[in-house]
Amino acid sequence: MKSIVGLRYVWFIISLVVIIPGAVFFALFGLRTGIDFAGGALWDLHFVTKQTSDLNTDKIAGIFKANGFDSAQVQISTVKIDGKEVASAVVRTKELSATNPEQQQRDILDALNKEYGEVRRESLQSVGPTVSSEATRSAAIAVLGACLAILVYMTLAFNKAPNPFRYGMCALLAMLHDVLVVLGVAAILGYTIGLEVDAYFLTALLTVISFSVHDTIVVFDRIRENLAHRRAGESFEDIVNHSIVQTLPRSLNTQLTSIFTLMALLLFGGATIQNLVIILLVGLISGTYSSIFNAAQMLVVWENREWQQWFRRQAA
Amino acid sequence: MRNRDITPFLFILLITALSSWITFAPDNLWLGRDVSVRLGLDLQGGTQVLMKADGIVDKEVMSTAATVIERRVNGLGVSEAIVQLSGDNRIIVELPGVKDPEKAIETLRGTGRLEFIDTKGQFLNDGTVVRTSGNPDPKLSQATIDAAAADPNNPVPSIDPVIYQSITDGRDLDTRQVALRVATDSVSSRPAVSFAFIGQSANDLATFTAANIQKPMCIVLDNTVVSCPVIQSALVGGSGEITTNTREDAEKILNQLKYGSLPVTLSIESSRTVSATLGANSVQASIVAGLVGLIIVAVFMVVYYRLPGLLATVALIIYTIIIFAVHKLVPITLTLSGIAGFILSIGLAVDANVLIFARLKEELRNKRSFLRAVEAGFDEAWPAIRDSSASTLITSAILFLFGNSFGVSLIKGFALTLALGILLNLFTAVVVTRTFLRMVVRNESAHATWLYEVGSDPDVSEQPAA
Repeated sequence: MKSIVGLRYVWFIISLVVIIPGAVFFALFGLRTGIDFAGGALWDLHFVTKQTSDLNTDKIAGIFKANGFDSAQVQISTVKIDGKEVASAVVRTKELSATNPEQQQRDILDALNKEYGEVRRESLQSVGPTVSSEATRSAAIAVLGACLAILVYMTLAFNKAPNPFRYGMCALLAMLHDVLVVLGVAAILGYTIGLEVDAYFLTALLTVISFSVHDTIVVFDRIRENLAHRRAGESFEDIVNHSIVQTLPRSLNTQLTSIFTLMALLLFGGATIQNLVIILLVGLISGTYSSIFNAAQMLVVWENREWQQWFRRQAA
Repeated sequence: MRNRDITPFLFILLITALSSWITFAPDNLWLGRDVSVRLGLDLQGGTQVLMKADGIVDKEVMSTAATVIERRVNGLGVSEAIVQLSGDNRIIVELPGVKDPEKAIETLRGTGRLEFIDTKGQFLNDGTVVRTSGNPDPKLSQATIDAAAADPNNPVPSIDPVIYQSITDGRDLDTRQVALRVATDSVSSRPAVSFAFIGQSANDLATFTAANIQKPMCIVLDNTVVSCPVIQSALVGGSGEITTNTREDAEKILNQLKYGSLPVTLSIESSRTVSATLGANSVQASIVAGLVGLIIVAVFMVVYYRLPGLLATVALIIYTIIIFAVHKLVPITLTLSGIAGFILSIGLAVDANVLIFARLKEELRNKRSFLRAVEAGFDEAWPAIRDSSASTLITSAILFLFGNSFGVSLIKGFALTLALGILLNLFTAVVVTRTFLRMVVRNESAHATWLYEVGSDPDVSEQPAA
C-alpha cells in the first residue's frame, strides 16, 4: 500500500533537493551578516529637499571619508513617507567612536547639510566590536540551548510512550532540517538581494525552531495515543501513517492561518520587519513540511532499523 | 445553564469587562493610573545606548553610576526612560521620544568632575584640556585627535604635561546647592550655574582665594577649562559660579553637577537612534497589518469550522482585548517586533482551537453525544496543546534572555509578547471556547451537525470505532 509513510524516501530526497542548493550557496558565499553580528554602523538618511537623481553614492561616501569613516557603503533609494516620495540613502560604515560618537554624528550631519540641504537622520545604529562578537557567540549558544532544552522536554513529555528518546531526537532532526532550509535560503537571498543576518533574523530563526517542534509534537502526540490503543496486527508503520492522515487537516489549517497573518504583516507592516516576515514564512512552510513528511517517517526508519538495509542493498 | 457553567462564564465575563475597561479607558486614566500604551523606540522614536565602564569596576561603583545616570535622566525630563545594569560593567539606557539624542547622551555620560585648579598666575583658554591632580591622565576626544591628524603642521595631538594642583575635591561638591542663575554684571547678563563646596574643600578654597586676590583661578569641568575668572575676593563658604554663553550649556552643566559626578568613565559600545517620523509610520503600518490579519483569520475560522469557528472568533476578540489591557496595565512597552509577535500569536491562538475542533468533529463522527464530544475533544487535545505551547515558551525564554543581556529591546519585545500570547491563549482557547461550546450544546437547537461541518471524512482508511 502506497501511503505517506511508504513514500518516505521520496520525501527525504525532496528535502535534500531543497537543502542542497542553499548549502552550496552557504559554502561558497556564506551569510551576509548585518551590523548586529559583524559590528559597524548603519545610517538611514532622508534628504528632504532632493530627488534621488540629485544624490551621488561616491560623493556621499566622500563626505563620510572626510569625517573619519572610510569605505562607507552607500545605497540610494526612494522611500514613501506620508504619501510623499523622499530620497533616502542607507550608509553602512564602521562603528561610531566609543568615546565621542555624539561629535562624530554632528560633524557628518553638518557636512551633509552643507552639501544637500536639510538631511534628516531617520535612524542610526552602531554596534561596537565587543558587543558584536559577544552577540554572535550568544546567538550560537541560544540556538544550541533551545535545541537541547526542547530535546529534554520532549523526552520527558513522551516518557509514557515506548522509546521516548526517539521522539525527541526525531523532532530535533526535523528541526535541523528547517534550520538548514532557512540558512540555505538566507545564503541565497544574501547573495541575490542582499538579505542580512541580523538580530531580526535570529528572532525569526528561533521562532521557526519552536514552530517546527510545535507542529511535530501534534503529529507525535497522535502517534503516542494511537500506539496506546494499538490493535493486534497493526504495524508501527501503519499506525504512524494513520496518525499523519488524521492530523493532516489540522496541520494544514494552522499553517494556513499563520500564513494569512504573516502575509498581512508582509503587505501592510513596515519595511523594517520585512526580512523577519520573509524568513518566518519560509521557515513555517518548511516546518510544516518536515513535520508531515519527515519527522514521523524518521521514527519508522528508526523502529525498523532500516539503515541496516541500506548497506545490504548496496552489497547485493 | 447548569451551575458548572455559570462560574466559568461569570469569570470570563468579569475578566472581559475589566480588560475592556482598561483598554478603552477614557483619557487613558484607569482608577487614577495612567494606562496609555507605552510605545517602544521603534514606534515613537528615541535613542538607546549600551555603555561600558572603563577600567576595573566593582558592583558598588556600577550601582552608584547607574543611580547617578537615573537621576540625570529624570533631570532631562524624559518620561518612561530606562536605566539598566547589564553584566559586570555595562549600563543600558533607553530614552524614548527624546528630542536631541546626542546632547542627551553627552549629558548623561559626562563624568561631571568639577575642579578648581591653581594655575600659578596663568590664564588658560576656555576648552583647553588639562591634567589635574584629580585626574592626571585625561583622554582626548576623537574629534580633537582627528583634527590634529588632518593638520600637517601639528599632526600629533598632545596634552600639556603640566599637572595642575586641584584645590578642591569633586566629592565635596554640595549637590543640593547647585542651581541655575542669571549672572548680571555691568555689561550683560548671562546664564550661570552656582554651586558650593563643603568640608575640607570649602576651607581650602577660602584659604587659596584669600591668598591670591587679583590672580586667576581656573574652573575645570571633566579636565576641560570652563573659565578662568580673576579672584575678586576670598570665596568664603566655598561657593562660586560658572557662567556660560547659552542657557542650554548652563542646563547641561547643571545636570552633570546636580546629581553627583559619575565615579567611572563610560564609553558607548552600541547605540540605536530612531526618528519620530519613522516611528509614526511604523505604528500605522502595524495597526493595519494587525487588523487585516485578525479579519482574515476570523473569516477563515467561521467559513471552515462554522459554529465552533464563530465561538473561537469571539474568544479571539476577547484574547486581543485582554492582551491590550495587560500591555497597558503592567505596563509592557509595545515595539514593532512586539506587534509582530502578537500577530503571530493570533495564528497560534487559532491553532489550539483548531486542534480542539478537529477532535470534536471526530467524536461527533463517532456518534458520541454532543456533550460528551465537547468534553472528549478538549481532554484529548490538551496534551498536544500543552506540549507545543511549552516548546514555544522555551524558545521565547531563551530569546528574552538574549535580548535582555544586549539591550536589544526588539528581541525582548518579541519574546515577551509571544510568551504572553501563548500563556493567555491557553486561557482563552481552553477556558473561554470550552465554556461557550458547553453552553451552546446544552441547547438542543444547536445540535444540527451541519453547524459543525461533520460531513467529510479525511481518513478513508479509518476503522469503525470499537
